[in-house]
Amino acid sequence: MSLTLDAAAETAYLLAALLFLGALAGLSRHESARRGNLLGIVGMALALTATVALAVRDAERGTVVTLLLIAVAVGVGAVIGVWRARAVEMTGMPELIAMLHSFVGLAAVLVGVNTYLTHGHGSGGAAVSQRVEIAVGVFIGAVTLTGSVVAWGKLSGRMSGAPLMLPRRHLLNLVVVLASVALAGWFVVAPSLWSLLVLTGMALLLGAHLVASIGGGDMPVVVSMLNSYSGWAAAAAGFMLGNDLLIITGALVGSSGAILSYLMCKAMNRSFLSVIAGGFGQGTPAAGLAGAGGSGPVAATQPVREITPEAAADLLRTARTVVVTPGYGMAVARAQYAVARLAERLGELGVRVRFGIHPVAGRLPGHMNVLLAEARVPYDIVLGLEEINPDLADTDVVLVIGANDTVNPAAVEEPVSPIAGMPVLEVWHARQVIVFKRSMATGYSGVDNPLFGRDNTRMLFGDATDRVEDILVALAGATTSPTTTTTSPTTPEESSHR
Amino acid sequence: MRIGVPRESRDGQAIVAATPSTTSVLVGLGHELLVESGAGARAAYPDSAYAGAGAQIVDRAAVWAADLVLKVDPPTQEEVALLRPDGALAGLLAPARSPELLQLLTDRGVTAFAMDAVPRMSRSQSLDVLSSMANLSGYRAVVEAAHELGGMFGGQVTAAGTTPPARVFVAGAGVAGLAAIGAARALGAEVRATDVRPEVAEQVESLGATFVPLGATTTSADGYARALTEDQEALAAAVYDREARAADVVITTALLPGRPAPRLIGSETVAAMRPGSVVVDLAAATGGNVAGTVRDQRVVTEGGVHLLGWTDLAGRLPGQASQLYGTNMVSLVRLVAGPGGELAPDLEDEVVRGMTVARAGELLWPPPPSSVQARGPAPSAAPAAPPAPPAPAPAPAPDRATRRAVLLATGALVALAAALAPHEVRAHLTVFALAVVAGYYVISHVTHALHTPLMSVTNAISGIICVGALLQVGSADPWVTALSMVGITVASVNIVGGFTVTHRMLGMFRRAEP
Repeated sequence: MSLTLDAAAETAYLLAALLFLGALAGLSRHESARRGNLLGIVGMALALTATVALAVRDAERGTVVTLLLIAVAVGVGAVIGVWRARAVEMTGMPELIAMLHSFVGLAAVLVGVNTYLTHGHGSGGAAVSQRVEIAVGVFIGAVTLTGSVVAWGKLSGRMSGAPLMLPRRHLLNLVVVLASVALAGWFVVAPSLWSLLVLTGMALLLGAHLVASIGGGDMPVVVSMLNSYSGWAAAAAGFMLGNDLLIITGALVGSSGAILSYLMCKAMNRSFLSVIAGGFGQGTPAAGLAGAGGSGPVAATQPVREITPEAAADLLRTARTVVVTPGYGMAVARAQYAVARLAERLGELGVRVRFGIHPVAGRLPGHMNVLLAEARVPYDIVLGLEEINPDLADTDVVLVIGANDTVNPAAVEEPVSPIAGMPVLEVWHARQVIVFKRSMATGYSGVDNPLFGRDNTRMLFGDATDRVEDILVALAGATTSPTTTTTSPTTPEESSHR
Repeated sequence: MRIGVPRESRDGQAIVAATPSTTSVLVGLGHELLVESGAGARAAYPDSAYAGAGAQIVDRAAVWAADLVLKVDPPTQEEVALLRPDGALAGLLAPARSPELLQLLTDRGVTAFAMDAVPRMSRSQSLDVLSSMANLSGYRAVVEAAHELGGMFGGQVTAAGTTPPARVFVAGAGVAGLAAIGAARALGAEVRATDVRPEVAEQVESLGATFVPLGATTTSADGYARALTEDQEALAAAVYDREARAADVVITTALLPGRPAPRLIGSETVAAMRPGSVVVDLAAATGGNVAGTVRDQRVVTEGGVHLLGWTDLAGRLPGQASQLYGTNMVSLVRLVAGPGGELAPDLEDEVVRGMTVARAGELLWPPPPSSVQARGPAPSAAPAAPPAPPAPAPAPAPDRATRRAVLLATGALVALAAALAPHEVRAHLTVFALAVVAGYYVISHVTHALHTPLMSVTNAISGIICVGALLQVGSADPWVTALSMVGITVASVNIVGGFTVTHRMLGMFRRAEP
């Protein structure tokens, strides 16, 4: 009986691993994304059922008690999970995801400590290698835990988004890492609970400091990096327990998170290390120097021209093509619904409206896409950087809503700019650019944006939602009058075609 | 630097390389503008307007002695002789077709920029004279055709009967073709268009025209169309023939960079077209796309088909053409001027290198092959270094050497770990390594829009750590049980919350209703 249960559980694990792979593959395209999520759910259900069966069989308490304990824990977790997932605003998605990462980290730490408490004291090769695994697992789990909590704090505004700049922070990190390695070595050779707990404490500090020294605008990278860490933590737990499903799943999540981080970094033209090391946007003096060269007149206080919502409405009505490039400001102002209505209204007026999304817009990879989807903007008019850039030169009006660095011409034109070389949405090639902005503050990188002073740029100051609503009102007011200016009796549709 | 703007010597050339407004921009950049008297007269920009914008009105000799001369047409032999040996010249030099001119310029020792040889990159769009002129040519081609055609473009239903709309066929949907499509649609014509690049179909349709596929496709790395093979040509010829016969107006815009224009429509097709129908051949300057067109001539065939071979279509809108050309010239000046305003072209810059055909007695044409990708569909697979196992993921190093070192080090570490580990661990390491690679390949094609749902689903999946806690909950040690209870709870939050929120998000993504 017990042999067949083991066999059944391992088969379930194998199936679950394949289903998880299918889930990730499914998530790569819109058409198959929902099926992917479903595969993940089925895989998880399968794996957990098999594990519960194993746990009950091997329990050192009665079956009923064990089942009850599991039911209580799972039930409480599930209720909290559903509640948070239902309640979260799409603009709050980054915080939720960061918080969930911290849970994986916490669970990994707990599993590691438990493994030590139950099996950690033996000697011999197997026990030593298991203690290595425990040390690694606890370390990664603890870094993930505090790193995610700090990321959550920054994303939800409970902590300042500015990078924490301790003196000699790189050295500090290095010292903590080296000390951890030494402590882990000691733990492996001479196991004791307190050395494991001190190791955990140091990893907790390291995680908090690592993320605290990274600025708010780099959070997309940080979140996907923590995602990767949570995967590695799960994989380490798998090694501890000799459980292949945990190893496979952890490795899948770990490598996928690492790739996402890499893609994000590439989108910002920065190396992974420079993001992780943190401190971007501080002490980069080049912004003021830029104007001195022959490449473009950029003064610190550049003159800008404003536009009224009514004039903007006129521009939009007569445009053939409009591209909207949203940024974090749209999320802050929760303007996605108003923007979606504007896009729809312009579509009815015969204007071709599309959205251009920069890969690092927002505070989470794909953040803007989720917000626009929430406002029911069809995903096939939401395009990426490479897709929309070639078309911008032939675009009549670009609406920049709460974006700054991602549309900064300095990245292309000012070789000394701190963001030089970063791929940006080249909105300035369009005939007219309207920038929705709360004030003339600089973006996250602290770099001046010469776009605002361009001849073809107009500024529309104020809350993005209010301003977009103003434009909608202006559009509605003007279009109640008949739009046809020619009164010839032509009806081309009815005329005969050859 | 001193920038000279001469009067174009060819009578038919109405475009001038600077307008009063671009003059004031250049003056604002700190340059001195010398404009030949009467330079802008044919584009309706009087000398007084240039003077008002800060230029000096000077004679011919003074203009040509400037540091940089901005031209439209290629210079004549006599004009080259007027250039300062250390001076520079920019204009439409057609470097591929005019080796004698290049030799002349090289011998003179000047720096010469060919505005029609700008590499196609997003960065160089502001220099792209060909695009800005083609845009105007396409528009004007429709106006010329409408003038020549003895009928209206738009259809009408009137008491005196019904007239169908004119049928316009546009061959080649580049900048000129798209402009022509837009203009013809605006006049009410029924427009059909084709191109060897199937990806432009969407652009054609966005302008309200019907795209006719050729059944033959090419896309080149540099964004320009390319010559077709014989089989493809036969297929394409049939399409051109069918469409041209059915059309009232045919506008052809097919150009090959540096080569004679491809023959799209043969004499048989022209003969079979309706009497009174009009062909505007925008490629007449390089041999023509249509049999029988003559450069700068209006030809009426025996069958009554009007063939227009105008090569100065942009010049027939001289005010705007000059303004656009002048703006391109401003971009050029910005690009090649050094910090002190002196001429300092950076030949390391691919854009500058591509357009510089002569410098200091050295012939620089043709430029080295460009490695730049077209502004078209980018390759989707990113060459990423595969991530390494545990601990911090490695920095994807930009240069190959570092990347190779990281890979080697990772490999060595894995090998060392495997060699030292006991047997069971080695088996797990195998599984682990394979899963890392699988994850890499599965994820590397994710659309950007799905990054958030992907992250939340991987988050839910990493809640699998619950399995570890579940296996420990049965322990007799109450501490262990308590810790695992907490572990199970937080992991469950993760699993349930992750899947639920993913489901919610995915429910929001939708396609446009057809």
